[in-house]
Amino acid sequence: MGTELTRAVINGILGGGIYALMAVGLTLIFGVLDIINIAQGVMVILGAYLSYALSVHLHLDLFLGLLITVPAMFVIGVIIQVAFIRPLHGSERTSMSLLASYAVAIIIEGALYLFFGPNYVTLNAPYVNKSISMLGFHLPYIDLYGFALAVVLVAAIYVMLYRTTFGRSIRATMQDRTAAMLVGVDVNRVAALTYGIGVAVTAAGGMIFGASGGGFNPNSGYDLISRLLALIILAGLGSIGGALVASMFMLTLESIVDIWQPNWSIAVFYAALVLVLLIKPTGLFGRQAARAQ
Amino acid sequence: MNHHRARFLSVGITAAVLTATLAACSSSGSPSGGSSSTPASTKPILIGTSLSLTGDFSADGQAFLKGYKLWVSDVNAAGGLLGRQVKLIYLNDRSDPGQVVTNYTTLISTDHVDLTFGPFSSLLTTPASAVAARNGFAFIEGAGGAPSVFTAPANMQAHNVFDVSLPIEDEMVPFANWVASLSASQRPKTAAYPMADDPFADPPVQKTQIALQKAGVKTVYSKIFPAEVPDYAPAADNVAASKADVVVLGSTDVPTVGAFMKAFQQQHYTPKIFIAAAGPDQGAAFTSAVGVGNAAGTMVPNGWYGGSPNPQSQKMVAEYIKIYGGTASDINADVAEAYSVGQVAQQAVEANKSLDNAKIIAYLHSDVTLQTVQGPVKFDSLGRNGSATTYIFQWQNGKYVLVLPVGSPGSASILNPKPAWKNG
Repeated sequence: MGTELTRAVINGILGGGIYALMAVGLTLIFGVLDIINIAQGVMVILGAYLSYALSVHLHLDLFLGLLITVPAMFVIGVIIQVAFIRPLHGSERTSMSLLASYAVAIIIEGALYLFFGPNYVTLNAPYVNKSISMLGFHLPYIDLYGFALAVVLVAAIYVMLYRTTFGRSIRATMQDRTAAMLVGVDVNRVAALTYGIGVAVTAAGGMIFGASGGGFNPNSGYDLISRLLALIILAGLGSIGGALVASMFMLTLESIVDIWQPNWSIAVFYAALVLVLLIKPTGLFGRQAARAQ
Repeated sequence: MNHHRARFLSVGITAAVLTATLAACSSSGSPSGGSSSTPASTKPILIGTSLSLTGDFSADGQAFLKGYKLWVSDVNAAGGLLGRQVKLIYLNDRSDPGQVVTNYTTLISTDHVDLTFGPFSSLLTTPASAVAARNGFAFIEGAGGAPSVFTAPANMQAHNVFDVSLPIEDEMVPFANWVASLSASQRPKTAAYPMADDPFADPPVQKTQIALQKAGVKTVYSKIFPAEVPDYAPAADNVAASKADVVVLGSTDVPTVGAFMKAFQQQHYTPKIFIAAAGPDQGAAFTSAVGVGNAAGTMVPNGWYGGSPNPQSQKMVAEYIKIYGGTASDINADVAEAYSVGQVAQQAVEANKSLDNAKIIAYLHSDVTLQTVQGPVKFDSLGRNGSATTYIFQWQNGKYVLVLPVGSPGSASILNPKPAWKNG
């Protein structure tokens, strides 16, 4: 039993890293723009397909491919923000953003079906199916790389937010959009760039998701979005580091439940979310706490 | 000003989303109903179906559409049905049991189709067939073989479901018989039974578990996991840790099988025997996801294969390859299931010389044996195909070959034990 538990914890921590990579863009976008990006799941799949295209057609290593997919997704994110999100104003902005991002999701999904078809594909590389033996466990390389990438990217976003001028602009916009405008922050520029960064980070999450799973197709994003939303709500909307911690916590909990009764894992996942919110409605690292960092 | 602009934009976006959704939902191949000025005798026969063109079953749904279209093309090329051309109207249900009900209601009430063909999966067939039953339609389908489809209250009353494929509960019987027939020294000692929570996936695995236990194969893992989770690694790792000799996976699709195979490989675990309820039967869609090398030794039950000696099947395979390319092994078994639906409907309509659904239902329950690309079809009182032949297939050297029952025409020897995993 001890071995099973330890394996479940390891699985949860490593899997949490992968989910953090997918969720961190979602929470960053919410933190700055106050919108829920329903298209995040499809963005993950878009990132996976971009890696797939580079891997199959240019034979680029998956991680090297990120040097292309991350900037490409950044540009896509900026375009989406300018075309679909920026025009939303007024008291209905947040609710309308749900519809706008849903429209974006449908458009991207349709384009992916058009270009790649409905069949499932996976991302392949020599290390994808291999693992390293450590302390009696076989740890998949792709999960280890994914976890390391998550830590590095979360740290990089943290540094950007708290150690750069642009980060100050972002935090000012997060705290009070009108006040930020009054002190000279170009909030439209900040919003576009932040949306772009959020989507760019998702490229990395998409690549790891595509390489670690059993296959994905254009529809696979819809199974993800509810879990990603649950994770960032648990973390506290807008909390970057919280997304990593919450992902590891929830995936570990799910892995432990899997030992005894896999069919309950989803129910326990959402029950834990409800329980945490009952105790701490702002999430583990709620908005106020996150913004005061 | 901004407020007005936002309102205008909100209306615009709502309209755009609705338009996009409707466009996604109604990929109709033709306008419904035909022209009112067309004489009844020359109007095309409208056949309505709902398919999962997007969503979890989209790979299967698209393959089903190919099968239906291929049949329609063949029928029309041969002069049509009752001298009339056939027109297929298909709506996208997005793999959603709620949408499938709406779609069949639309097909029957608005499009006024003459016949209805089934969707993909037992999950969608059950609610869809209830709509058909309420409206007096025969419901001929090819991918709803779970026991729950036949014992649904609507079918128990209307007896309108006809599954042209094999009932899935018995689909692994040849496999269980083969394992039990192995000598004591060759017979596996332990088995694991991970199952997706799906009406299609569990019954054949549970039946196999009972049979193997009777044959002395000890169960070391038997659990049901959620069907729609993005990550199967925890369940797969627990199966790997059991070190079972045999893994009987109750899967519904390619990614489930792919995730288990990947986790097994990462855990340095190769079961001696590996069979999955669904996924490996999807031809190129399976091998492109898991790699041809890794597919070797993987088994799957089915009622049809591309290399079938059935002349009707060979004709269909040739036509398919002419249109879509590839090889016989690349063809998804869904194509043959869909094509068989059309063939059964065609024979029923031609026998009755009528599109009257009541007559079609009566005819299909008259113990008549019909011929399809999947072989003979004969329905029992609940619409199960009692004449279906159950085969077990295995991937060997990149080819999908028939291995069980032993001695079947064209069958090959089973790769036992399963070869070690490979990359690519």
